[in-house]
Amino acid sequence: MLLQHNKEFAMKRFNKHQYAAMRKRGLTAAVAVAAALGSCIAAADTTVRVLRVEISDVEKQYYDDIIAEYEAQNPDVTIEFEYIANEAYKTRLPTLLQSGQRPDIFYSWGGEGLRDQVEAGFVRDLTEEMQDGWQDIYPESAVRAFTLDERVYGAPLYATVVGFWVNTELTEQAGVDIEAIETWEELEQAVVALRESGITPAVVGGQDGWPMHFYWGYLATRLAGGDGIEAAKTGGNGGFSGESFVRAGELLQSFVELNPFQSGFMGTSYERASAMFGDGEAALHLMGDWDYIPSKERSMSGEGVPDENLEFIPFPAVEGGAGNEHSFGGMNGFAVTRDASDEAVDFLRFLLNAENQRKAASLGIFVPVAEGSEEELDTPYARRVAEILDESTFHQVFLDQALGTSVGATVNDISGDLAQGVITPEDAAAQVEEAWQFR
Amino acid sequence: MTTITRPAVHKRGTADRIKKSMVSGKLAAVLILLPPALIMFSLFVILPLADAAYYSGFSWNGYGSPTNFVGTQNYERLFDHSVFHTALSNTAKLILVSLIIQMPLALGLALLVYRKTPTNTLFRLVFFLPYILAEVAAGLIWSFVFDGDYGITAMMFQSLGQESIYVLADRQWAFPAIMTVIVWKYFGFHMMIYIAALQSVPKDLIEAAKLEGAKPRQVAMFVQIPLIKHAIVVSGFFAIIGSLQIFDIIIPLTNGGPSNSTHTIVTYLYTFGLSRLNIGFGSAAAVVLFVLAMGIALFYQRATAKGERS
Repeated sequence: MLLQHNKEFAMKRFNKHQYAAMRKRGLTAAVAVAAALGSCIAAADTTVRVLRVEISDVEKQYYDDIIAEYEAQNPDVTIEFEYIANEAYKTRLPTLLQSGQRPDIFYSWGGEGLRDQVEAGFVRDLTEEMQDGWQDIYPESAVRAFTLDERVYGAPLYATVVGFWVNTELTEQAGVDIEAIETWEELEQAVVALRESGITPAVVGGQDGWPMHFYWGYLATRLAGGDGIEAAKTGGNGGFSGESFVRAGELLQSFVELNPFQSGFMGTSYERASAMFGDGEAALHLMGDWDYIPSKERSMSGEGVPDENLEFIPFPAVEGGAGNEHSFGGMNGFAVTRDASDEAVDFLRFLLNAENQRKAASLGIFVPVAEGSEEELDTPYARRVAEILDESTFHQVFLDQALGTSVGATVNDISGDLAQGVITPEDAAAQVEEAWQFR
Repeated sequence: MTTITRPAVHKRGTADRIKKSMVSGKLAAVLILLPPALIMFSLFVILPLADAAYYSGFSWNGYGSPTNFVGTQNYERLFDHSVFHTALSNTAKLILVSLIIQMPLALGLALLVYRKTPTNTLFRLVFFLPYILAEVAAGLIWSFVFDGDYGITAMMFQSLGQESIYVLADRQWAFPAIMTVIVWKYFGFHMMIYIAALQSVPKDLIEAAKLEGAKPRQVAMFVQIPLIKHAIVVSGFFAIIGSLQIFDIIIPLTNGGPSNSTHTIVTYLYTFGLSRLNIGFGSAAAVVLFVLAMGIALFYQRATAKGERS
C-alpha cells in the first residue's frame, strides 16, 4: 500500500524519463531515491511532448499562444510541440510509439487507425476524464470518432466537411444555377451544361488517390448511410461488396462518362488541382473546406477565385439513399499515449477547451467542434461548414481513414480505377471487402 | 622455426594447416579482421533477412510483436494479386530494356568518346550528367517534361497540331515513359565502365588490326568489344540488379499510378507493405524480391562464367 502510494507519488512528481529510469532500478530503489531527493522533487519539471502533423504558421502561432498561457498557469510543466509532414507522420508514428521517444500526445484521425494503436496498448483510456464533463462541450458525433467499444481514446480538435467549391462566374456563364442543385441528377445535368459551354466542369487530383475517393466515399455514404457503413464492417448487407457500394461505383462511372474532369486528371496531384481551381480553370472542385486558403495561395495571382464568385455547396442527395442527411469529412483530434503523465491529459483538456476552440474559430484556422464556437467563425464558408455539420445526423469520417490504412488505400485505388473505367463496380466493391477481410 | 615445420606442411592435414596458419600469423589476422565485417554483415544483412522471413508468416500491422500467425497466406495473396503480377512484368521489362537498349547505347557512345581529347571529355561529362543527378530530382524534372499542360512533350504535340497526351496519367504510356527516364538516367554509368575498359585495350592490337586493313567498325567488333567482355559482363550484372531495385525514380514520376500500373517490385512492397502498414505482407514481397535477386545473380554468374571458359 505504502509502496503503491510512493509509486504514484513518484509518477506524479517525476517526469516520464526519470520515472522510467527509476522503474528499471526497481521499486525499492525508486522509493529510496524519492525519499532521498526529498524537496528536490517538488521542483522537478514535467515535460509534455506533443506530436502534430505539419501545419500553417498561423496555426502554429495559435498553439504557441495556448502553450504560453498554460505554462504561465502551470510553471512546473513544459510543453513541446513537434511537427512532422503528413505522409511521413503516418509511416513514422508506429515506430515512434514503440520507441523511447514516444510523444505524450499525438495527432489522430480516430477510426480504425486509432484502433490498431489501442489494441497494441499504446493509447491511454480517456473515458473517465471525458465523462467527467469534458465531452459535454463537443457534439456526440465528434466524440464517437474517438470511441472504440464504448471507451474513449481521444478528444476532437476540429471537423472538416467535403463539398463542392464552386466558381459561380463559370457556372453562370453556362447558365447553371448551382445553388439550386440538390440531387445527383441535377449535378450531372450541370456538368453536361458546363461541358457544352466549353468549360471544364470539375478538377480532381487523381494522382493522389484520396481526392477521387471523396466521390466514391461520399456516394457510398449517401447510399448506405453512416450506419450502413458501420454495418458493413461486421458483414451486414453483404459487407463492402453489398448493393450500396456497388451502386456507388456505378454512379461514379456514369458520372465519369459525362467527361466531368480536366484532361489527364489521373496525373494531377491535389495541390495542382487546388491551384487550377484557384486559377479559374474549372467550375467545381470536390474538396474539403480546408482548401479555401490553400487554393488562393496556390493560384498564379495568389488571390484565387474572388470571394464574390466563390461558393461552397454540400454534396447533392442521391435518390433512395439512406445517408442523405449525413455528412462526410474528417474528425481530427489528439490521443494520449499509455505512459503519459496526468499533466499531459490536463494540458490536452486545456488545449481543446471551449475557449480555445472559440479562439480558433475567430482566427479562422479551422472549424472547431466545440458546440457554440461556430458563432465566432468569420468567413461565410466556415459558417456554411458549421451549418452542414449541425444539420448532419451522422458525420462519416473519410473512408480512407475510418477503415484503417490498408483498406483506406484500397478505397483510394478502386476510386481511381473506377474513374478510368478499368474495373467494374462489382469488382471495386469486392476488392474493398477483400481488403477489409484481410486487414 | 619455419624451416623445421615446413616438411610437415606437405601432408596437408587439417590440424597441420591450422598449426601452420597459427604460426604464420594468418589465424590471428583472420580472428582480428573478420569479426568487424562479419558482425556488420550479420547485423545489417543476415538478421534483417531472417526477420523479414519470420514476419512474412504473420498478419502484422507493425504494432507490438507479431502474434497472428497466418502461415503462407501472405505469399498466396501476393501471388494472387494482379498488381504484383504487373510489378513483376514491369521489373522484367526494365531488365530487358536495360540489357537490350541501354547497354548497346552506352557501348556505342563509349566507342565514340573513349579517346582522351578535350571534346570527348566534354561529351563524356554531358552523357554522365544524368547519373550524377539525384534520382528524386531526376524524377521531378521528368514529371515536368511529361506534363500534359506545360511540359515539353505537350508543346511538341501542340506544335504538330495534335492534342497533347498526358503521358504519366495514361496507363499505356506511363511505363514506357518511366523506361525512357531510366535509360537516360543510367546509360552514362555503363558508358563509364566501357570507357575505362576501352582505354586499357592495348593500342598495338588496334594498330595491328588497322594495318591488316580492318575498318573502324571491324576494329570495334573484333578487337575492342571482345577485349572488354569482362566489363560488359560486369555492367550487365549492374543493369540487372539495378533494374530490380528501381524505386526512387518512380515515386516522383507516377507514384505507382495510374491505378497501380507502373509499380516495380520495390515500389510495390513499399506501397502495399510499408505505407499501408501490412508489415507481414510487405515482408513476404521482400523475401520474394530477395529470392529473385539471388537467383538471377547466381544464374548470371554461372552463365557468364561458362561463356568465358568456352
